[in-house]
Amino acid sequence: MHESSRVRWSEFAIEAIIRVLGFSTIGFVLLIFLFLLREGMPVFFEVSPDNLFGTRWYPTFGLFGTLPLILGSALVTVTAIVIALPLGVATAVFVREVAPGWAREVLKPTIEVLAGIPSVVLGFFGMTIIAPLVREVLGAPTGLTAFTGAIILAYMALPTIISVAEDALDAVPKSYRDASLAMGATRWQTIWRVVVPAAKSGIVTAIMLGMGRAIGETMAVMMVTGNAARMPLTLDSLFRPARTMTATIAAEMGEVAQGSVHYHALFGIGIILFVLTFLINVAAASTMFKQRERGGLR
Amino acid sequence: MNRYLVQRIGFIVLGVATFLVVVPILLVVGTIVVRGIGAISWEFLTAVPRNGMREGGIFPAIVGTLLLTLGTALAAIPVGVGGAIYLAEYARDTRLTRAIRLAIINLAGIPSVVYGLFGLGLFVLFLQFGTSILAGSLTLAIMTLPIIISTTEEALRTVPNEFRTVSASLGGTRWQGIRYIVLPQALPGIITGVILGLLRAAGETAPILFTVAAFYLPRLPHSPFDQTMALPYHLYVISTQVPGMPMEIQYGTALVLLALVLSMNIVATMIRSYFRRRRAW
Repeated sequence: MHESSRVRWSEFAIEAIIRVLGFSTIGFVLLIFLFLLREGMPVFFEVSPDNLFGTRWYPTFGLFGTLPLILGSALVTVTAIVIALPLGVATAVFVREVAPGWAREVLKPTIEVLAGIPSVVLGFFGMTIIAPLVREVLGAPTGLTAFTGAIILAYMALPTIISVAEDALDAVPKSYRDASLAMGATRWQTIWRVVVPAAKSGIVTAIMLGMGRAIGETMAVMMVTGNAARMPLTLDSLFRPARTMTATIAAEMGEVAQGSVHYHALFGIGIILFVLTFLINVAAASTMFKQRERGGLR
Repeated sequence: MNRYLVQRIGFIVLGVATFLVVVPILLVVGTIVVRGIGAISWEFLTAVPRNGMREGGIFPAIVGTLLLTLGTALAAIPVGVGGAIYLAEYARDTRLTRAIRLAIINLAGIPSVVYGLFGLGLFVLFLQFGTSILAGSLTLAIMTLPIIISTTEEALRTVPNEFRTVSASLGGTRWQGIRYIVLPQALPGIITGVILGLLRAAGETAPILFTVAAFYLPRLPHSPFDQTMALPYHLYVISTQVPGMPMEIQYGTALVLLALVLSMNIVATMIRSYFRRRRAW
């Protein structure tokens, strides 16, 4: 009798602990947002809105225009996706639909290696190898440009894009392919007209997740984009230095006095980043949930 | 145009794209190995940096990274595995569990530098841990949670339901079934997930920038409240902040970091494939 009541009690305690651990994830997200607000909100009272959304970021002169940083992030991210998306989807299709078994066995782990390379190592490689190349080939005065950053970012987003796109292709039932082939279509026609369109929503998810990763990437971007907070509005902006939101935080937080306007402004950029990635992830998650609710294609 | 010709061209385009993805990967790894291998010596791995880091070794940075990874493991494994057990074994599909899943997806998507800001705000300043191994480890631990939770949950879900039913039919409680039947079966998958999470933590720079990393500290830390050097931050510092830094030391440091992370990756993959092949069910 004693024995069983002790078992029941410890059972209860353990279940309670596990429940709390499960719920703690929500707590962490709230806690992160709370602390960003706590340290970042003051900037909205200390700095006037037209300064805050102005075009000049010179914190030492009291100019906190975040526009060049937001546009810098957008320029680098969009360019990275433009490079990574066709490459990633084509690679996923090749690995899943075209490549023979042995090639798949070689290609998949190689792509996984890319996901494991630390961002600072890719940034270092970008600085020492790619930037000089960009300078020579494009004749830019410096190789540290938005474009250099976008190349590195594209390769950082590729593993995500490839694996999500591959999952989407995997979910297309074999009967679709068989039906198409039975109609006399070639394998290429089957891939291009049947399989890829059927996997479209998964591919959209891949783009969103890749984008979320690209916006948030910090070290590599900071090391190769040249970090000039200028408005990227001219046509050659891509081949000039740019500065992103993440790089601004990483580069400046170390030298800033705690509690100063500049300190609050950097946390304010953190709030913008948090909200942006939150929205992107919710959008990506909801398309994933929707797919699953429809029973996917399985 | 002949449709078989179109197919031929299509396949070639796909192959070229794959080539463009794979070759740079090999180029990055190859370059760093070839240029860095010359720097690797017993002294480089076990000596402290000298002369403003331009000479000597990277021992404190290696130890710092190992300590941070250990601290991250201690904090993240219990929470992550516990959370995953909840999701896989206890949670029903309610609004609350959906909120938890959304929270996990979001934790995975928050930029690493924002984790750094959060760690600075909560651990360094609010809880007054200072810039310390403790603050850095906890920051990295929260960042690693989503990886550990999602891979652990997947590992738990692959254990067939019959195992749980049999345990219950023998009079075992729910927790006994999990503790003695499900967890041991899922262990290889859990270990794989934990290693994958930790290798991300070991390679990250942005979250440790303001929470723990020391620019130049040629000695080992004495307590969890000490700052420490760390490999990723050290590589950033010597490649961007120190003028006249010998290329060989830079490539050597990059190689050590890459080797550390990739070897963890290989171990995880080996555990996974070994147990998958051996699995009886």
